[in-house]
Amino acid sequence: MRVVEKNQLMSATEIDRTLQRLAHEIVEKSGGTANLALIGIRRRGVPLAQRIARAMHGIENVEVPVGTLDITLYRDDLSKIASQPVLHSSEIAFPMDDKDVLLVDDVLYTGRTARAAMNGLFDLGRPSRVRMVVLIDRGHRELPIEASFIGRSVQTSDREIVEVRLQETDKEERVMLVERVE
Amino acid sequence: MAERLRDLLSIEELTAEQIAFLLDESKPFQEFQRYPLKKLATLRGKTVGLAFFEASTRTRISFATAASRLGADTMNLQAESSSLKKGESLLDTARTLDAMKPDCIVMRHSSSGAADFVARHLEIPVINAGDGTHEHPTQALLDALTIRDRRGTMENLNITIIGDILHSRVARSNLHLLGKFGCRFTLCGPPMWLPREFECLGKHVRRSSRIEEALEGADVVIVLRVQQERLHEPALPLDEYILLYQLTPERLKIARPDALVLHPGPMIRGLEIDPAVADGPQSCILEQVTNGLAVRMAVLFVMVATGSEAEDARGSAHAAH
Amino acid sequence: MLLIKNGRVIDPASGTDAKRNIWIDGERIARIAPAESTKDSSSAPNGETIDAAGLLVAPGFIDLHCHLREPGGESSETIETGTRAAARGGFTAVCPMPNTRPVNDNASVTRAILERAAAVACTHVWPIGAASLGSRGEALAEIGAMQKAGIVGVSDDGHPIATAKLLRQVMDYCRALDLPVIDHCEDSSLFAGAVMREGRQSLRLGLRGMPAATESIAVGRDIQVTELTGCRFHVAHMSSRTSLDLVRAAKKRGLRVSCEVTPHHFTLCDEDVVYDSRFKMNPPLASAEDRAALIEGLADGTIDAIATDHAPHEAAIKEVEFDRAPFGVTGFETALALALQLVHAGRLSLVRMVELFTTGPAGVLARKRSIAAGEPADLTIFSTEHPWTFHVKQSASKSSNSPFDERNFRGAPMFTIVAGRVAYRREA
Repeated sequence: MRVVEKNQLMSATEIDRTLQRLAHEIVEKSGGTANLALIGIRRRGVPLAQRIARAMHGIENVEVPVGTLDITLYRDDLSKIASQPVLHSSEIAFPMDDKDVLLVDDVLYTGRTARAAMNGLFDLGRPSRVRMVVLIDRGHRELPIEASFIGRSVQTSDREIVEVRLQETDKEERVMLVERVE
Repeated sequence: MAERLRDLLSIEELTAEQIAFLLDESKPFQEFQRYPLKKLATLRGKTVGLAFFEASTRTRISFATAASRLGADTMNLQAESSSLKKGESLLDTARTLDAMKPDCIVMRHSSSGAADFVARHLEIPVINAGDGTHEHPTQALLDALTIRDRRGTMENLNITIIGDILHSRVARSNLHLLGKFGCRFTLCGPPMWLPREFECLGKHVRRSSRIEEALEGADVVIVLRVQQERLHEPALPLDEYILLYQLTPERLKIARPDALVLHPGPMIRGLEIDPAVADGPQSCILEQVTNGLAVRMAVLFVMVATGSEAEDARGSAHAAH
Repeated sequence: MLLIKNGRVIDPASGTDAKRNIWIDGERIARIAPAESTKDSSSAPNGETIDAAGLLVAPGFIDLHCHLREPGGESSETIETGTRAAARGGFTAVCPMPNTRPVNDNASVTRAILERAAAVACTHVWPIGAASLGSRGEALAEIGAMQKAGIVGVSDDGHPIATAKLLRQVMDYCRALDLPVIDHCEDSSLFAGAVMREGRQSLRLGLRGMPAATESIAVGRDIQVTELTGCRFHVAHMSSRTSLDLVRAAKKRGLRVSCEVTPHHFTLCDEDVVYDSRFKMNPPLASAEDRAALIEGLADGTIDAIATDHAPHEAAIKEVEFDRAPFGVTGFETALALALQLVHAGRLSLVRMVELFTTGPAGVLARKRSIAAGEPADLTIFSTEHPWTFHVKQSASKSSNSPFDERNFRGAPMFTIVAGRVAYRREA
């Protein structure tokens, strides 16, 4: 499958500002950081969660715990993958029970990843609340899933793909809209 | 990226990359054994056929639990109640199981090459859980995982294997696996169970019939059980075996101070292994069992979860969010 | 009337290697003449002419060792299908071993086999009778009666002749009858439970192996009993260098010892064994060194004959796990082509190869085999160049247990003449 770049949705500076804003929003709507836990969905949700935690530390001077969640085992489309996916461990060093969890991912699209993530979370315990934080919400939901904290909402078509590129994972920093060709 | 596994019949035919991949895939499943809720839906709707033509409790339960924790259903064939006793051929039994459409078959059989034979006639993946005296791939994988976890590496170690090497599929699989990672082997046991040709199975394989000599410098000691049921020829008196080959605390001191002790189980305390060693700090026996579960979950995941409906071999970089 | 013209006749008995025309009348050779004279003499009235230009004409091949399974094992092979396969392999006479059901240990079974052969066989059938009753290794079989009925030798093949004492009794008896004793040389205690040759490959595959000594210990025993009795002794399907050396030394001492080797033993070795019972036979495929020694033995004359040990088994019983499969592979139709591989590789001369299929086996049976006026019209006409591929599905045998399925060959039997009739003719 070939892709063609169409336009840039966010620059490095815009990503940074958005994350800062999201951190403020979360703290405000949660009335502080008590019981909060950030869980990044592999792969790109992880650096985003870490950055949000750092931003919160800057705001409240509190360490909000960060965990990583690998959802491969919870996907509903495994039979359709021909290659062998590489599994990674989820690393969640704190107990899940009664935590106010913020699931962090780069893009919210059909909602299936979020569903898989929630299955994973609930295998680990019983959080008191789960809310979703995404950098980009591109619509086209296939499940009744909503994000509570959205960096930016973007209108997209089915042939388009939103590519979030981060320094930690891609060695560059921007959000691109690309399109599938042929 | 490692070439996709069709069947898991032997370690000998796997590359070092494929082995490393399977061990890495086992790590999340090791974590998983600590979860409060040990149930995934990853293999929900899939069926794992367990065809154990040779009696086995531990391996069968391990595979059954692995399948179940992944959310799969199992079909259970056990030797005692097997139609084989009524004269049905192995091939017909396998075909009958296959006709019930499992997604894979895990097979243990007393004939070397039986899994290979069945795999040639079936489309679905076949996982060898032990074939005669040939190989026991998942055992070697879990042994390697245990060593890697405890030692930080499984490369370039001195491995001593003690017991009835000639009739041991565990010994062969371990020789093949760790041999691909530069390990050096000393095989130890009574001479009639240690034919010279074993030295041709690897680049650094030597034999010794004296346990004291065999343990010098060992990083890992693998103790095999004494398999009386396999012996056609006159068997060695057990007291003789204990006198010459039992792994006692004194003998273990000859090995490196931090040497690991592994045993594929089931062990007979007081026969091939002194209870103090079995329960001592260097023993990895219980970890082997837990790792066995993780390895088998990884193997089932790799071979059954993906690809049955895939149209092409391209990756999932742009999977739907 | 049959005329075979322009063929290159190789007749070891007379040392002939030249172009000849052969006229056959009824079941005998009538006349032989140099080939240039074909132009004037056409084929005789009511006769067929075979133009053997570019082909070789040898005396009819003899297979000293095969299993036709009838009576008792007809689902794997019958006298009819087996001899048809033999004719396709260029054989004009075959010696079926007595391990049928019932065992050929008395004259009625021998007669039954010969009557059946007379009705349906494409080749001559010269049965080997059992040495002991039921081949159980206890009491002597009715050897004298069987000889009157038509056996040409004695063996308990499938099993070794059980004890030195029994072998001595059999040999004393057979010496008086002038019958050769053929032994499947094997030490039962070393053989027990093994399914292939012991070595690196058996270790790798986790299959139980038997050492070379399993065969040679018995060969040594048998040679000493031969010396004791003065009987003619023939080692069946010899597979190892040690056995070969023992036979060579015995021949040097003037003992009447002979031996045969199968095509699979001079072609394959234990490294070729995989988890496929088409590679399982007894004696098993031996080491590469043994194979090399056997090829030398074929060339230098120590080995008297190539014999196929054609051992058909129907798929239902042969296509099982290696451990459980019965021993044996088929061999009639690939024997010549495999021997020609040695000729093409320069390991064996063409004449020597012909001896191994003709005068060699005939000598073991104390018979003559030659192309001369008055001799039986049994001829094997073959090509050393004809390219073909062996497909078990197209074989005349009822069974397909051959390790050579889908193999490409250069050289094949083209016509097999048995008692003056064309028993087999290769389609182009």
